[in-house]
Amino acid sequence: MSDVLKYFRQERLPHIWCPGCGHGTVTGALVRAIERLGLDKNKVCVVSGIGCSSRAVGYLDFDTLHTAHGRALAFATGIKLARPDLKVVVMTGDGDCTAIGGNHFIHAARRNIGITTIVMNNEIYGMTSGQYSPMTPKGMVGTTAPYGNVERSFDLCELAKAAGATFVGRSTTYHVPLLIDLIEKALQNDGFSVVESIGQCPTYLGRKNKIGGAVEMLNWIKDQSVNVKAAAALPPEKVKGKFLIGELHNAPAPEYSSEQGELIGRVQRNYSDIKGGLWECASNSD
Amino acid sequence: MSEQKKSYLHVVREKYCKGCGICVAFCPKQVLSLKNGKVFAEKPDLCIGCRMCELRCPDFAIEIRQKGEDEARAADAGSVDYEIPPEAHHA
Amino acid sequence: MPKVVKLMQGSEACTAGALAAGLRFYAGYPITPSTEVAELCAEELPKIGGKFIQMEDEIGSIAACIGASLTGKKVMTATSGPGFSLMQECLGYASLCEIPLVIVNAQRMGPSTGMPTSPAQGDVMQARWGTHGDHPIIALAPGNVRECFDLTLRAFDLSEKYRIPAIVLTDEVISHMREGVELPDPAEVRPLRRAAPSSPAGYKPYAADPDGGVPLMAPFGEGYRWHCTGLFHDESGAPSGKADVADKLLRRLQLKMDKNAPDMWDNVQEGTEDCDIAVVSFGSSAMSALSAVRRARREGVKAGMLRLKTIWPFPEPAIRELASRAKAIVVPEMNLGQLALEVERVAGCRSRVIRVGKVNGELFRPDEIYDVIMGAK
Repeated sequence: MSDVLKYFRQERLPHIWCPGCGHGTVTGALVRAIERLGLDKNKVCVVSGIGCSSRAVGYLDFDTLHTAHGRALAFATGIKLARPDLKVVVMTGDGDCTAIGGNHFIHAARRNIGITTIVMNNEIYGMTSGQYSPMTPKGMVGTTAPYGNVERSFDLCELAKAAGATFVGRSTTYHVPLLIDLIEKALQNDGFSVVESIGQCPTYLGRKNKIGGAVEMLNWIKDQSVNVKAAAALPPEKVKGKFLIGELHNAPAPEYSSEQGELIGRVQRNYSDIKGGLWECASNSD
Repeated sequence: MSEQKKSYLHVVREKYCKGCGICVAFCPKQVLSLKNGKVFAEKPDLCIGCRMCELRCPDFAIEIRQKGEDEARAADAGSVDYEIPPEAHHA
Repeated sequence: MPKVVKLMQGSEACTAGALAAGLRFYAGYPITPSTEVAELCAEELPKIGGKFIQMEDEIGSIAACIGASLTGKKVMTATSGPGFSLMQECLGYASLCEIPLVIVNAQRMGPSTGMPTSPAQGDVMQARWGTHGDHPIIALAPGNVRECFDLTLRAFDLSEKYRIPAIVLTDEVISHMREGVELPDPAEVRPLRRAAPSSPAGYKPYAADPDGGVPLMAPFGEGYRWHCTGLFHDESGAPSGKADVADKLLRRLQLKMDKNAPDMWDNVQEGTEDCDIAVVSFGSSAMSALSAVRRARREGVKAGMLRLKTIWPFPEPAIRELASRAKAIVVPEMNLGQLALEVERVAGCRSRVIRVGKVNGELFRPDEIYDVIMGAK
């Protein structure tokens, strides 16, 4: 079996994403990063929220959890804290993560809990057919911004860094080798890692804004990106209006669930001789 | 040319390919084309094995295997017939 | 063993019951009047290697609980009206995906911010219908501090056994008051655990007898690699929009509750065997009602008390039987009539149902209920 397909529930393929949608590419990048690291399929848990991107987990042959809109990180926090030994990955969309899920996103980053979050950012709500999202570039059209979006979008990577994420990187569905490298590093970071992948939604963003199909959108995305290393050497006007791709932040710090583990160890040593009280009730159960 | 030129096998899973054309458009050597809506290795001998088609494909519908190097892989789901997945009813 | 009587608060007894059941994960958010449960869990869980986390809101709390439950842990959260409202979507998720989970809801005067430190019983219908769509749910109502222990332990057992989320419905008084309580000897407590499959081979996460069967639940991280989704799903766990799959799933979930309701029902009765006038109540309202019934009995009135310890599934047989004797059923509750709606539905045609609603944030005085009993003669 091919190196890639052995990570898929093949009986559920082909997937539901539209022809040319970037979500399949990001899913393939995650799988290839996992393949490189040789992770044990039985110890990987992939959690997602609601939206086109969040359907990815249903196709992956791990313990997978398709949760409520915006809540993937909160569900994943429960899994990671209960089982710190598992490799927990969250696959989420731009709306799922930064709109309804924004609060859980900044708090998971603040805690630096060991979760790798892959934000499959196609800058639109795809599942509900084309509404603008917090990541839709200003001025672009969505079904709920028929005259052009007047809102500014987040710089998701700056937001993640400011909230406390200890690994942050951005790539695109055009720059797939870079995307795989970033996901691989993100998976190796103990704490909270964010990889934003900007990708194409030809069916809605591309069509509603007359950018074109998947190929035209990939060129459109490529032209807006500049590698963070290259940007350092470029004059400001060359970088203006473009987004940076590459590793943007990497500052390892103690991971939340292991910090809790150490604390519990200390508490148990101090209370090892406790008798009676509430503790007594807990002694008889598993 | 000092060593013998490498040649590549293009494994196409027609059941998965949705004919989006990404691989065709971005292949640096224009090896690929679409034939009745599915990717087709028109000039396989021009392939340089960069695998960008494989990496960018959103549907896992194309895989590059270097002849002689990568051993023959067992048949995988892409080439096996099966009943329409329940997914299709949901859409 | 000498009798050990401890002065305990309701919330403390809830925590003790949860610990006795094997609680190993608590995720919550501070809210009057249930914060004490969170504080005690923060203190007790680390001592036994359990995990406590204070999440950013109640949605995060119940979501984290569901995540932890999926790894095989016994989980709990505690909240009150406003938080309970925020938890509803995920409560529906836990019900559809059959995730064992216990939620303590210490009711306070609502709606809205309401009166945070005042008791009320206005979440009865929310406990049943708060989330959208048909779904099974269990709600138990402690009537004193000892029952906070018993019914929290019972909520875990029922939730683990039937894989239905279970709510422990207290109120500000039950949660905050203290009573001398004798807890059972921990050695005698035999908490139930969810039935798990023996091996991943051929495991289907939602394979179960359509007639209300409970599927085996595999923990995440043990090689089963199963898919849990809030979409309707077939036996393999794959999302499915097929009509027959959806119908079969939802009816099985409902039957899990309807068929096993006798195992879930629980109530306390006094003087109901020959009563003309019955009082049906629960929680702290039932304390006042009981003394009113006893006073009426002393004065020769055939009054009876039925106190519900299980609110959902609603104990229809007990109410129907009561209605066969009593010509009037008085239903005192700290709301404008919620439990009464169910009593009327079941007994309305046979007995006159008299609603007694108190919505000023205070407990019932026994004489308030006594007057209604005497008036109904």
